[in-house]
Amino acid sequence: MLKSVAAVETAITDPIDLSALDAIVEPYLGKKEMVIPVLQVIQDHYGYLPRPAIEVVSRLMYIPLSSLYGVATFYSQFKLKPRGRYIIRVCKGTACHIQGSPKIAERIEAILGVQSGETTDDLKFTLEEVACIGACALAPVIMVNDNPHGRLTPDKVKAVLDSYE
Amino acid sequence: MSAIKLTIDGKELEVAAGTTILQAARELGIDLPTLCHDPELPPNGACRLCVVEVEKAKSLVASCVTPAAPGMVVHTESERVVRVRRSILSLLIANHPLVCITCEQTGSCKLQDYCYRYSVTENEYVGETKELPLDSSNAFFVRDMTKCILCGICVGKCQEIAGAGAIDFTMRGFITNVGPAYEDKIEDSTCVFCGLCIDSCPVGALVPKALIGKGRPWQVEKTKTICPYCGVGCGIYLQTRDNEVINVRPDFDSPVNRGHLCARGKFGWDYLQSKERLTTPLIRSEEVFVAVGWEEAFGLIVDNLKEIRSSFGPAALMGLCSPKASNEESYIFQKLFRSLGSNNVDSYSRHCHAPAVEGMTRAFGGAAMTNSMEELVSAEAIFLIEADPLKTHPIIGYRIREAIRQGTCLIAAQSEDTGLSDIASYYLQIKSGSAVALANAFAAVILEENLYNPKFINKRTEGFAAYSSSLGPEVVRRSLELTGINEEQLRSAARAFATANSAAIVSTAGGVAQEGGSLLVTALANLALLTGNLGRENCGLYLPYSENNLQGSADMGTLPALLTGYQPLREKTVRDHFSRAWKVELSEQPGLSAAALFSGYGNKTVKAMLVMGENPAACGEHREAVTEVLRNLNFLVVQEMFMTETAMLADVILPAAGFAEKMGTYTNVERRVQLNRAAIVPPGDARPDWAILTELAGRLGFKWEYESPEDISTEIAALTPQYAGISYERIGAKGLQWPCPHSEHPGSKYLYEGRFQRGLGLFTPISMDDQAKLLFSYEENRSAGKKTLCNCLSDSMRNRSVISKL
Repeated sequence: MLKSVAAVETAITDPIDLSALDAIVEPYLGKKEMVIPVLQVIQDHYGYLPRPAIEVVSRLMYIPLSSLYGVATFYSQFKLKPRGRYIIRVCKGTACHIQGSPKIAERIEAILGVQSGETTDDLKFTLEEVACIGACALAPVIMVNDNPHGRLTPDKVKAVLDSYE
Repeated sequence: MSAIKLTIDGKELEVAAGTTILQAARELGIDLPTLCHDPELPPNGACRLCVVEVEKAKSLVASCVTPAAPGMVVHTESERVVRVRRSILSLLIANHPLVCITCEQTGSCKLQDYCYRYSVTENEYVGETKELPLDSSNAFFVRDMTKCILCGICVGKCQEIAGAGAIDFTMRGFITNVGPAYEDKIEDSTCVFCGLCIDSCPVGALVPKALIGKGRPWQVEKTKTICPYCGVGCGIYLQTRDNEVINVRPDFDSPVNRGHLCARGKFGWDYLQSKERLTTPLIRSEEVFVAVGWEEAFGLIVDNLKEIRSSFGPAALMGLCSPKASNEESYIFQKLFRSLGSNNVDSYSRHCHAPAVEGMTRAFGGAAMTNSMEELVSAEAIFLIEADPLKTHPIIGYRIREAIRQGTCLIAAQSEDTGLSDIASYYLQIKSGSAVALANAFAAVILEENLYNPKFINKRTEGFAAYSSSLGPEVVRRSLELTGINEEQLRSAARAFATANSAAIVSTAGGVAQEGGSLLVTALANLALLTGNLGRENCGLYLPYSENNLQGSADMGTLPALLTGYQPLREKTVRDHFSRAWKVELSEQPGLSAAALFSGYGNKTVKAMLVMGENPAACGEHREAVTEVLRNLNFLVVQEMFMTETAMLADVILPAAGFAEKMGTYTNVERRVQLNRAAIVPPGDARPDWAILTELAGRLGFKWEYESPEDISTEIAALTPQYAGISYERIGAKGLQWPCPHSEHPGSKYLYEGRFQRGLGLFTPISMDDQAKLLFSYEENRSAGKKTLCNCLSDSMRNRSVISKL
């Protein structure tokens, strides 16, 4: 049957290199219960779960695409859209909230032109909110990939973002 | 297993350990409400509507997932239970569009029924509602997921039963949905349109398009009948209103399909209402057809048949009978020709199953599937060879899937991937055309490793010595070359097959109808004999036919040399018996087969033909030769529903009724004789074939006194040993499997207990040369071989149905 038009378009505008998949999936062949680990490894490889890659997994592992999609959309750890090179996590924990994290988030949104959960067009930044990153002493705090930036004010935000190439 | 005593609503009962409270309550006839429970799926306790109060338990429990325990005291409708059920229903309808006034499910909606039962009139919880786009892009059904209550039954049916895997739960929390991956349209998914989801949806989320606006459940008549497509013979309910079929639902009590269907049965009936239906007799005048009355048409036929018979002799007459005709029609069809003095009766579409018939007859003496479909579920091993039952006979595919879920070992030897390959314990990817070599190599391994059944071989078979000496070590070596698999794969799979206490062998048209098919059937029959997998339950040889009444048609004697029940015409006692019963003298001259006619041997003697529901001119590879033979006849009569390629060549065309427009019995692949009931009347002047034949016979001077198909069936029972105990009254809802020799007999689930039809089962060696030749010819004919004859009859229905879009 025909794949959906959207899928065909994605494949044309955004060619995905699928050559690594055979090796990635190989250890899991015949182990249908290993869906989550397989998806994790693929996400590690691509940064997200590209549809063409999931279709290959479906074929190789004989798992219906609908089931893989079901798992991928159930767990928030799985991302179906490409993500930025830098993941900005704005802490929304109680301490950060009191210290003004909403204003920090607002400023980041204004600078990058994206809402929480979105990625900039140049695939540089993805903005996310998290419940607490466990660094309340640094409130308000954000993480950019693995780097914490604490005691922020809205005006300090731009310099932090500019420090990433 | 120890019994458990418990009390439900004040009644004590005993149930087996492991029984859930829900099952126990239903045993007492208590109607516990459920939305997510389905008897053939594992309980998931999702809807919580079946909660009950168990004394001394802290909270209410979901009865569908709670096993009964000794001494339990259960209350199913206590105040507390009812309060909770009301809340659950309120929560459900809070996010369910209350559009019952136009919803197609009104009247058969479980959610509506339960709201009625518990007086839930409006939602007390106001909040967000789901907004999801309607998916109506496909030709078959509409998916309105705003009505979905997430019971998950459709997901279970799609993933577990059908194995299509088109839909699953997606997302999480409030936005949880059921659908294809990436919110694709259902027609862009792996959906096979079997309709299992539609017929198990408790609400109106999934609705067949043909049904929309056509009537409320209480305005619709339901007629229990049999699907007209393949040989499985699924029980269906035709839903009709104002002489129009508007929907088909599966018969959940049918022992054949147990509520399952495929796209053909669910959606393939609309050809009945095609504008192309023939509604009046037509006669050829110059090069056009002219509509006439029955009187004129019959007059023309009688004059011509009589004249040709007297000028050229009775052997100038020939009849071709469709394996879609009922048993009664097939029976009187051959009776008519034999009464006229001609044994030229056959079916051309049977041709494609000739290898199966030939191979099985040689080995066992009879040509029917040995065991019943349901037995596959309990087989310890299933050897599936060159078959794709999920496509050709989906119910058999579902049964094999079910067997695997229950621990059956599936050994699949295929040259192409099928929907069952991935769940096989042993998957042998063999080269196309090497199935015979593989089956033979299995036998060689079994012999070499002493895994055969000497007791069965000694007592029940002959020809073993010659057979076993044909299976030396070189057979294994050579087969590895031919099949392309390695020795370890071969040996482990052969061992799994041979060591199972009961092993069934399944092969469908893909393997059998191709060239050399009878060799494959012989090889498989040898294998079944070698391991003693015959004459008892849960084993046997399954070579299912492709047409709904191919079995019955042959049983009814639409074969040149065989009368009903395969009684040989050449035997005088048989001829005398029929002569007396029919009050005519039977000719002993053997009749011409359809194959012989069309290959040219008979076209000089045969001058007039009656073709009932067959379309040989569009069938198989020799269409041009067939057309030439038909064109050269002096006189051709065709009984048809449509202006087929064959009808185009006729001198007279008689408009025939479809399966839903007439009564009759059909015999499925497991020899189950089932009753087909009329649900609508035929369009225009069309008549059932049995009525046409009866009238024609009367006008030809025979005194037939059939007022209904039932009268004919009484005569069949009197003349056919296998059908002797079968009557409309006894067939009932479940059918009767022949042999059924007397009116107390319960019917036979499997064949050859204690004795084969030919006495002993016969081993037939297959030479290495034959196998190698076969491989060669398969490769050469690979593309041609795929176009088997097998579906040409169904095609004239399918091509005029929505299922042609599949």
